[in-house]
Amino acid sequence: MADGQTGTATDAHDDHHDHVPPFFVRWFFSTNHKDIGTLYLIFAILAGIVGGAMSGLMRLELAEPGVTFLTSFTGGDEVAAANFYNVLITYHGLIMIFFMVMPAMIGGFGNWFVPIMIGAPDMAFPRMNNISFWLYGASGILILLSIFAPGYGSQIGFGGGWVLYPPLSSTTGSPGPAMDLLILSLHLAGASSVLGAINFITTIFNMRAPGMTLHKMPLFAWAVLVTAFLLVLSLPVLAAAITMLLTDRNFGTSFFDSAGGGDPILYQHLFWFFGHPEVYILILPGFGIISHIVSTFSKKPIFGYLGMAYAMVAIGFVGFIVWAHHMYTVGLSVNMKAYFVAATMIIAVPTGIKIFSWIATMWGGSIEFKTPMLWAVGFIFLFTVGGVTGVVLANAGIDVYLHDTYYVVAHFHYVLSLGAVFAIFAGWYYWFGKMFGVQYREILGVLHFWVMFVGVNLIFFPQHFLGLQGMPRRYVDYSPGFSLYNEISTYGYYVMSVGMLIFAYAMFDAFFVYRKKAEANPWGEGATTLEWTLPSPPPFHQFNELPRFDAKDSKAF
Amino acid sequence: MASDDMARATANQRTAVRIAGVAVGMLGLAAASVPAYRAFCQVTGWGGTTQRAESGASEVLARDVTVRFDATVGKDLPWRFKPEQQSQTLKIGETGLAFYEATNFSDAPVVGRAVFNVSPAKAGAYFNKIECFCFTEQVLQPGETVSMPVTYFIDPALADDVNLDEVETITLAYTFFRYDEGEGGGESVEAGL
Repeated sequence: MADGQTGTATDAHDDHHDHVPPFFVRWFFSTNHKDIGTLYLIFAILAGIVGGAMSGLMRLELAEPGVTFLTSFTGGDEVAAANFYNVLITYHGLIMIFFMVMPAMIGGFGNWFVPIMIGAPDMAFPRMNNISFWLYGASGILILLSIFAPGYGSQIGFGGGWVLYPPLSSTTGSPGPAMDLLILSLHLAGASSVLGAINFITTIFNMRAPGMTLHKMPLFAWAVLVTAFLLVLSLPVLAAAITMLLTDRNFGTSFFDSAGGGDPILYQHLFWFFGHPEVYILILPGFGIISHIVSTFSKKPIFGYLGMAYAMVAIGFVGFIVWAHHMYTVGLSVNMKAYFVAATMIIAVPTGIKIFSWIATMWGGSIEFKTPMLWAVGFIFLFTVGGVTGVVLANAGIDVYLHDTYYVVAHFHYVLSLGAVFAIFAGWYYWFGKMFGVQYREILGVLHFWVMFVGVNLIFFPQHFLGLQGMPRRYVDYSPGFSLYNEISTYGYYVMSVGMLIFAYAMFDAFFVYRKKAEANPWGEGATTLEWTLPSPPPFHQFNELPRFDAKDSKAF
Repeated sequence: MASDDMARATANQRTAVRIAGVAVGMLGLAAASVPAYRAFCQVTGWGGTTQRAESGASEVLARDVTVRFDATVGKDLPWRFKPEQQSQTLKIGETGLAFYEATNFSDAPVVGRAVFNVSPAKAGAYFNKIECFCFTEQVLQPGETVSMPVTYFIDPALADDVNLDEVETITLAYTFFRYDEGEGGGESVEAGL
């Protein structure tokens, strides 16, 4: 289908130009999209370990009623332990969203595979790519410092939840420097993401291989393109909101302070105008990854390609006009609520198109349940469960009852912790051989999947019941009536931890024990995108002669 | 080949500048949202923002509404502040006059400013004030007690809004905060901690 493709496994031309720079220059001054992608993935894994350890501390605390486990960190002081719990929920959310999922999906897989999939030698602005990564590094250091800086009184860290609502985040609720450091950290992360988004949009618009039109581009590139637009449109709004918060705190303005004529609800509007597109930023690249995997392992082209691409565009667009469904309890008029209920439910339509198209792709296909496919099917199931509870929560009347309960916690963990994270693992196993040149042991990948699948469901499914029974989120303690499901949820965490240990072992095994050389295309005829035409790992510089596509080809992959 | 590279670099820069322009535009829109949000609430009465009127209503309806009065003092303000009546029942369109009493029990003159809204929030668009102590800052000398009037009426248009059919009681709430000339509220709050 593509004629004159070069840069294939047998092409000596690439090897000739493959000058790899020395270690320090390669990894610290890196301008190579694949190396920067690897750096982002390492960053995401480190952040995932920190964020995951925090969730472990939270689950251990919640295993039984009373302020229990966390007092061992505070010398028996229950107030300090409760503050520590609040700090944990806040930073767990921020770290998982900004420092785990976003770097893994966009910085990691996006950098690695968008240029390859569209047949480009590198990103449009390789040096800017380097700045993006190191801004993220600086941002990560600032958020870690923030945990240990004074917050309220003698308590350290900021414990007001990842949404940073004033007055908890103003000088009233958190007078110490912890909140200021947190704001600056998010500024840097936001700047990094906007620069990255500009880079992706420019790369995808201007550097596609000859003959590859937008309507022939692989779906992962489409997903990253839509995500990049969401980043450019939403992150400046977060930046503005937290800048106003910063000036309220330090320079005597009162944007969100009612004593000076401001309104704290305005912060919530601005935050969720960013925050709602943000959840699609987290999941859209995952949609792209899943489309490729389902197609590869069903050995069929993706069903309804254009519908899949424009469903993502539609989700991105509608995602900007539904933000107040996070704020049903602030006193919106009934007509406003009616609008936001209707608009929110409309998102189920393009999302449904995607789910049905994945199933239709599998339908009648020659399905092979290799590790990536298991994760992909797991993703589809879990994301659908989370989507259904999302439709429930979209109803303003029901939400007034469920607002800020564990039902909401269960909902967004099904779509993010289980959805986005399963998509990341799916992509990791799918592209592992391609990125690192070695294959993992299949049985370990399969085992990792099943243990994780059981574990995360055990953690989060009982939380639906807790929410329906009225257990509020963000509290260190709970009524003894809620203890059964909390206990089960904590057992689920143990199971999931075993899954993560299997993952760690599988990676150790792949790199140091098994060390099986990965083929250029280990997945066979179903894997059609350009990355499978390159050797594993790809040469340091690929596509010295660009691949070309014919106008007659229906798709360029 | 070299000229191709140059052309591509120019095209890339043009795209990047455009997208950066979009990002800066969003930043500007977010900044513009502050005055826009305030104006929007004042015009529509959303969030319980009350309205200002020059004179009373043109007609008086038979329907009664009970207006309850609420008073709160910001924690840094050394005042006592309370309504002089708990509630008033009046016809829609009828002009009411209520009083609040404030006492400064510190030994220095203090400037206060009242923020206000009504509950339920959807009644904000129909709650009109003709005169109110909240329109300006109030100065209380040490130990001084003042009685402050509010002249108000409920807009007869309320009767035409089906969303307010069940509304029989509207609560008018004020919170007095310390007001320091030339300084924002944020700093004065901190000063009181």
